[in-house]
Amino acid sequence: MNNIVKLIWLIPFLPLIGFLINGVGRKLLSKTFSGIIGSAVVLGSFIISLLVFLQIKSGNVFNIHYFNFISIDSLKISFDYKIDQLTSLFLLIITGVGFLIHVYSTSYMHEEDDKDFAKYFSYLNLFVFSMLLLVMGGNYLIMFIGWEGVGLCSYLLIGYWYKNNNYTDAAKKAFIMNRIGDLGFLLALFWLIAKVDTVDYDQVFSAASLAKLTPVDISGITLLLFVGATGKSAQIPLYTWLPDAMAGPTPVSALIHAATMVTAGIYMIARSNALFSLAHNTQLVITIVGLATALLAASIAIKQHDIKKVLAYSTVSQLGFMFIALGTGNYVAAVFHVITHAFFKALMFLGSGSVIHAMGGEQDIRKMGGLHKHMKITSITFLIGCIAIAGIPGFSGFFSKDEILAGAYSHGVVFYAVALFAALLTAFYMFRLYIVTFTGKFRGTHEPEHHLHESPSAMTIPLIILAVLSIVGGYIGVPEALGGHHQLSAFLSPVVKSSVHHLTHDTEYMLMGLSTALVLIAIFFAWTRFKKYQPEGESKGFAKLLENKWYVDELYDFVIVKPIKSIAGFSNRIIEAKGIDGLVNGVGKAVNYSGRQLRWLQSGQVGAYVLLMVIGILLLFILKLFF
Amino acid sequence: MDIKAYIALSLTLFTIGLIGVLVRRNAIIIFMCIELMLNAVNLLLVAFSKMHAASPAVKALPTYASDAQVFVFFIMVVAAAEVSVGLAIIVMMYRNIHSVDVNFLNRLKH
Repeated sequence: MNNIVKLIWLIPFLPLIGFLINGVGRKLLSKTFSGIIGSAVVLGSFIISLLVFLQIKSGNVFNIHYFNFISIDSLKISFDYKIDQLTSLFLLIITGVGFLIHVYSTSYMHEEDDKDFAKYFSYLNLFVFSMLLLVMGGNYLIMFIGWEGVGLCSYLLIGYWYKNNNYTDAAKKAFIMNRIGDLGFLLALFWLIAKVDTVDYDQVFSAASLAKLTPVDISGITLLLFVGATGKSAQIPLYTWLPDAMAGPTPVSALIHAATMVTAGIYMIARSNALFSLAHNTQLVITIVGLATALLAASIAIKQHDIKKVLAYSTVSQLGFMFIALGTGNYVAAVFHVITHAFFKALMFLGSGSVIHAMGGEQDIRKMGGLHKHMKITSITFLIGCIAIAGIPGFSGFFSKDEILAGAYSHGVVFYAVALFAALLTAFYMFRLYIVTFTGKFRGTHEPEHHLHESPSAMTIPLIILAVLSIVGGYIGVPEALGGHHQLSAFLSPVVKSSVHHLTHDTEYMLMGLSTALVLIAIFFAWTRFKKYQPEGESKGFAKLLENKWYVDELYDFVIVKPIKSIAGFSNRIIEAKGIDGLVNGVGKAVNYSGRQLRWLQSGQVGAYVLLMVIGILLLFILKLFF
Repeated sequence: MDIKAYIALSLTLFTIGLIGVLVRRNAIIIFMCIELMLNAVNLLLVAFSKMHAASPAVKALPTYASDAQVFVFFIMVVAAAEVSVGLAIIVMMYRNIHSVDVNFLNRLKH
């Protein structure tokens, strides 16, 4: 056990080393070398994480103190790692899925220049480092450092193709939206420090410090933390950055904007479950926001034509499901869904990357179709992902989503109905995506059809591994109603205390049967609707509303961006031009004017100087004699 | 003789020198006027020295009636050295701008 403790610092440190090597040597390293370095460091972290996980499984929990980070008066914040059951699961997801995506990237990004290639891997490694710091930190401040780090890496990678203005705009949008959320997080930290004088998890969640917090404090702190989570995990009202984040390379979308970073908000709330369980108002807010996001994003996904946009809205919607679970106190289900979602969503993003790769950069599904016969591995693995996310029994998504739905049911039938409807939409749009992309006839021109091919094995092997995980990943949490023991729940029980009302087995059977039947109907409906898909013309009415994403971007533009721009314009024209410029220019003009008036004194004539000197002497005499 | 006559003479010489410096443009004349002012002051120094020697209190001093005279000789020696430097400057000025008019010496302004 002691040996493992000595290795733990290496888990985040290895990706940092990878970042430094690739970042500093980006002009010198060959693609092969930087790809190997980038992937190997993450593999190293994965192996150590696995060893740590085995230790934790046998009942050890690590609290490692490194050094005192901040020490002001009575406030002491130390640089600690806290590796418990929850952290070890996230470590496995981050490094495991991260490693697969690194391997995939070596092939996907192969057309980049050497130095861009190394830059890409250095960013990716920096991201893994920040994310590991986020989940390993022993207090909120260390989490915040990682929290900011992943936001930065997200910005860098969305704007990776920085020569395209739209992409850099998307990067800025993501960064600004995240900053709004970060402000909430930061305020929550200040509030916490002001009240209990510590940010350490164990101390904050201890009974003594919880007793110091009034209900108002708890509601305020949890709501502010939730604001932070809405930014990072793309919930209403801060979700609009995530679909735009698809401007980044596809493996980045898979790693950052589907599997790991966006789950940071879920992790943070699951970590703070002791606080959130006390704040019933906040829980209600979280549930409602989660429901609204799940429904809104799912409805938008139905009418999107960009393969990555569909997946992006699907991610937002699935994150909404996780928040429903958090809001209903069903923390284990949220973490469970994070795990299964990481598998199948990473799988589908990488699958879409494979499709885009084959199509030579084309992302519009209206120009695809019939790809199954050209790329069988991608097609089959993608189908597995669709089945998993739709929630067909036997696949991973079924178990996690059903647990969330059951939790929602126990809190109210209305919650359940809305969540179920969003789940049906999920099944519908995922199968629409699959059917339109992979079946039927090819609708593009002949030129790309000629080039259609299966991707190289560096891309297909991660797909296959993720597909297998998407199937078996659910069996860590088989509910008791189906004869399982829910190992995940037992494993997490020391850290996460879910407050779920237990349903009878009969009710659970009924819920599962209902959702499965409806999902199958939704899939069937999608099949009849899209099997002979032809691109339609301009859509009208409600469809147009969905296609334009409910005009939320336009609304934000009108309500926030335009007023700010007009205030900025006013300041620029009046305050800046007239006020500040006038002051600065006025000082300059005054000096200039007085200089011109005094210039005749410096005539350059020796006689004039002498005359002035004599006059001066005479004046001194007069002063001396008469005053 | 009354000290006032010496003071009047020195003042006259000094004023002539001063006005000469102010109104003339020829560097040599200005130089001569400066010398005139210098000598006016020298004359005044000697005159005052003589006046002081008449008072009984000064008679007791070891340097009685000699210090100002020695000073004046020093001043004359230093003035001679200064004249040589000043004249050298004027010669160089003439060589460079072919004129000894001080109004041409305004290059610093440009």
